[in-house]
Amino acid sequence: MNITFKLFATLQDYLPAEAKKTNALSLELAETTTVAQIIERFGLPQKLVHLVLIDGAFVPPAERSSRLLRQGETLSIWPPVAGG
Amino acid sequence: MGWTRKILRVDLSNGTCKSEPLNMEWAQQYLGQRGLATKYFVEEVDPKVDPLAPANKLIMATGPLTGTPASTGGRYSVITKGALTGAIACSNSGGYFGAELKFAGWDMVIFEGKSAKPVYLSIEDDKVELRDAAHLWGKTVWQTEEIIKKSHQDPQVRVCSIGRAGENGVMYACIVNDLHRAAGRSGVGTVMGSKNLKAVAVRGTKGAGAIKNPKAFMQAAAAAKKVLVDNAVTGQGLPTFGTQVLMNVINEMGALPTRNHRDVQFESARKISAEAMAEKRPTDGKSHLVTNAACFGCTIACGRISKIDETHFSVVNKPQYWGASGGLEYEAAWALGAANGVGDLEALQYANLICNEDGFDPITFGATVAAAMELYDLGILSKEQIGLEAPFGSAQALVALAEMLVKGEGFGKDLALGSARMCAKYGRPELSMGVKQQEFPAYDSRGIQGMGLAYATSNRGACHLRGYTVASEVLGIPVKTDPLVTEGKADLVKAFQDATSVFDSAGVCVFTTFAWSLADLQPQLDAACDGDWTMEKLTLVGERIWNMERLFNNAAGFTAKDDDLPPRLKTEPAKTGPAKGLVNGIDKMRPEYYKARGWNPEGVPSKETRARLGL
Repeated sequence: MNITFKLFATLQDYLPAEAKKTNALSLELAETTTVAQIIERFGLPQKLVHLVLIDGAFVPPAERSSRLLRQGETLSIWPPVAGG
Repeated sequence: MGWTRKILRVDLSNGTCKSEPLNMEWAQQYLGQRGLATKYFVEEVDPKVDPLAPANKLIMATGPLTGTPASTGGRYSVITKGALTGAIACSNSGGYFGAELKFAGWDMVIFEGKSAKPVYLSIEDDKVELRDAAHLWGKTVWQTEEIIKKSHQDPQVRVCSIGRAGENGVMYACIVNDLHRAAGRSGVGTVMGSKNLKAVAVRGTKGAGAIKNPKAFMQAAAAAKKVLVDNAVTGQGLPTFGTQVLMNVINEMGALPTRNHRDVQFESARKISAEAMAEKRPTDGKSHLVTNAACFGCTIACGRISKIDETHFSVVNKPQYWGASGGLEYEAAWALGAANGVGDLEALQYANLICNEDGFDPITFGATVAAAMELYDLGILSKEQIGLEAPFGSAQALVALAEMLVKGEGFGKDLALGSARMCAKYGRPELSMGVKQQEFPAYDSRGIQGMGLAYATSNRGACHLRGYTVASEVLGIPVKTDPLVTEGKADLVKAFQDATSVFDSAGVCVFTTFAWSLADLQPQLDAACDGDWTMEKLTLVGERIWNMERLFNNAAGFTAKDDDLPPRLKTEPAKTGPAKGLVNGIDKMRPEYYKARGWNPEGVPSKETRARLGL
């Protein structure tokens, strides 16, 4: 299956150079891939993995290791950020 | 420093300035800045007053921590009856002006009446005088500040002023200090202009003093600074990316109001985001963002300083705009960009520079352009009426309209009204996206339900800074709540509103609340200020301030009917994103909120509530 993987703010440094222009990367994954496995695959520091959204909906930390990704979804991750 | 215990009263009609002792009984009940100045205001001004009449007053107020070593302790607020809203207005600004006013020995300045001719107020410690401003009238904020600094022969003098927007009656004019910090919302600059008051120049040499317990205060301030530094948001996220980092967050969440709230996601959001500001441009190989910047005493430094692309169509042959200057911040980038469907970062920066240079609120301006673009799209406004083609997404139209507004020419006169009055003029009042005639900021309340209630009940009209439930509903600060439900939002909004009232009255920046709770502020206030400032007392002060503002608005004629959202947000579901199919549940949340507040079903604080709060 195929998903879109997005990393923002300081986490964009963990994307390949060509993906930084869009903050997005297309990923081909096995059917049983979880959010936590993607985080691990890209070597994202746990303390920087703060806001995790799938298609814009919040994924609580406790569900990251059980939430399976599905065809066509967009997984987006931010470090701790805020604004106003 | 706590309070200086002195206020300056300036009668513009008679040209007199006099010192008065601060009412210390009120200081114990309303703390300072927003709360204390509003207390003075509601005691002295008829709620029914025309905001632009001489009988309206305008107060510039510091908080007890303004000018102290407390982190972010450089804030001041402008309190008046808002020109845009007709409601109580309180606009808060950073920079260095507030601290300088405190160093000069003044807790607040109350302006009353109207000068017969343009004047500015000069404050050098205790030496205070009104000076002729004929040579400043017609000048921009930037020119005014430069001229005053030169004439005072003191580069350290701090200036707040109005630009041509405030002089010309643009209903959402700002008061700008330190070139690009502003008391921005509700038309406080319009009120200042109506009084023929061009600027305030202040130089203070008295420094910090009168701290109740200096040793305890320095310890409390240092501990609180460590909290900010150690926090990932205030220590790293905000300094590095600024508020603009939210552009992609809110867009992904499907809560980025786009094209006058027709949509909730903007296809070009990334092009106008913090990430884009940090990238090198293909035209000149330089990044838009130059550096971050801090206001007085701030250890966060979220401000953005940028340089526009000199080859961009908006600034060709205009070298005065090529230098490093303030922006873009998230709210301005949204209002000038997504709200209009404009994805041209440089055009947004140019429009933002114009807002700073001539002093008008980019949120209301951008949202008013968005409403005009919808009227154009619907065929209600023609190219001939506007003076140019103005489809959604036109960077050329955005730039031209900003210039027309400043010059007060053509359709600029309609834009100067704000979206509510402009849409009413063209027979489509429902297309104004705001509350109490003030436009929404950058969060669509179909995707962040609590913000709908926060907007509807904000005492100064639609505003994110009165109850920023985005912190909880989106960012998980202090705890994560579900943005798509209405349950629990009445209590959440009330808690944010009351706590924010305290921070706004203390002299510190509300952005500290991404790391601080009231428990981090309380030891600093208790060590700095006379009296015992317990958590219980501060909590009550916050609620008291909110209800005082509400009672003023009630007396001014606002009712429960004004605590509402435009029909679009209640009847047109979000088209995409997690909130797809949802409208805002304001009609469910409003009565829950009134109950949580101890107000009657008409939105009026009950006798019991008023008695409990000493109102």
